[in-house]
Amino acid sequence: APFGHTGPAMAQALHTRPGPYQAAETPTPLEDVTHYNNFYEFGMGKGDPSAYASAFQPRPWTLSVEGLVERPRVWDIDRLMAEMPLEERLYRMRCVEAWSMVIPWDGFALASLLKQAQPLGSARYVAFESVVRPAQMPGQRTVLDALPWPYVEGLRLDEAMHPLAFLAVGLYGRTLPNQNGAPVRLVVPWKYGFKGIKSITRIRLMEQMPPTTWNRMDPSEYGFFANVNPDVDHPRWSQATERVIGAGGFFGGGRRKTQMFNGYGEQVAGLYGQMNLRTHF
Amino acid sequence: MPYLSGTPRNRTVMPWRFETWALTLIGLGPAALYFWYGAHDRLGADPVNVFERWLGLWAVRFLLVTLCITPLREVSGYSLLRYRRTFGLLAFWYACMHVAVYVALDQQFDMAVLWRDVTHRPFLMIGACAFTLLVPLAVTSNTWSIRRLGRRWQVLHRLVHVVAILAAVHFLMAFKTYTPTSVGYATALCLLVLWRYRHKPGRHPQDAPAKH
Repeated sequence: APFGHTGPAMAQALHTRPGPYQAAETPTPLEDVTHYNNFYEFGMGKGDPSAYASAFQPRPWTLSVEGLVERPRVWDIDRLMAEMPLEERLYRMRCVEAWSMVIPWDGFALASLLKQAQPLGSARYVAFESVVRPAQMPGQRTVLDALPWPYVEGLRLDEAMHPLAFLAVGLYGRTLPNQNGAPVRLVVPWKYGFKGIKSITRIRLMEQMPPTTWNRMDPSEYGFFANVNPDVDHPRWSQATERVIGAGGFFGGGRRKTQMFNGYGEQVAGLYGQMNLRTHF
Repeated sequence: MPYLSGTPRNRTVMPWRFETWALTLIGLGPAALYFWYGAHDRLGADPVNVFERWLGLWAVRFLLVTLCITPLREVSGYSLLRYRRTFGLLAFWYACMHVAVYVALDQQFDMAVLWRDVTHRPFLMIGACAFTLLVPLAVTSNTWSIRRLGRRWQVLHRLVHVVAILAAVHFLMAFKTYTPTSVGYATALCLLVLWRYRHKPGRHPQDAPAKH
């Protein structure tokens, strides 16, 4: 339904099939996935995105793939969703703030989009840019901006081409709610959640390492790589354990050990070879 | 009582009088409310974190009220001095609950993590210092200590200004960025401390003008 999206948050059912990488875990309840969000464009509280994202219009939407590619292209989001076979992946998500969820995303591998664009040999990094719409995003029209807009993120090209790196257009089998980054967001399950840039408008392949928002805000606390690592603490808290969201635990049971690469080490450790993950955190 | 002796000038008598025990009960309301919410799974997806931050916020709020009492008296003549100890103790009780939730519910008595937190992380070292400095103030907040310590009591209780600055820094560090809330409370705390040291009302209170 290319022109069917009139309302702001009319989640539509998606044609999706089970994909690889299904974590053997219980998904976090939908209510928590959609009401406990970090999306500073809508405000800094965890409840702000769900409270203030209803005015956001995720259609019409274009996503451009550009830079060091053979075939740059500006995609219409509905066209993109129609052309890419959608699959479901149940991924663990570990936030840098030491909490975690398990989310059934719907979407497609980032690599399949990048391959269509045919990266040039000189491309080494992928830069992502999020939307700037102060009229629809109250967090972007405050006196003191929480962050510089647009929110930007980046991956090394080999990370971006890894089959785990995912562009989500839905969750729980329906189109993404606005507060979760409609209409399309990045999911990199072995990295901290802030790498998962939301409401993406532009993907640019580059030779140089692109700036990333949180790294620019405080390079001592947030690295470019941001791989989940229980042995490298955040300066203000330990990353050894995490609070499990939606565990309903006020009295215990709500914490568990954090796994290296968020449990995806078998798949992704090879990307980092002999790199010192303490300096390149 | 010596700690009331600095209030001779035309102090406005408040038209009402609250029992301090009633004030304490009301003051503990926010903690009770959120505890009830938490026990009934009504604090959202991350209940321990919400409860922990709520208690810290109220500790800061009561600290602010405590620090406001002298400036309020100097500016408006209204004296709430008889309630200052109650507000100060409420700040202390909230700080205790904030620390207890961090130790018991959040870190679940993981001594290795707790030790590392208070020895390696400035954010938690500062918070721990603020809390530790509150303890002697709470312990000596009774009339017997005030009589016994005399002038030294006044000096000791100036520590509350150190606590306020530490609490302000800890509050600012508790967020990933500067937020209106954290900047607002931290600024208010710092301004109240600055007020006390810009002005020396303790020396010649009778000469200080009532209004500026």
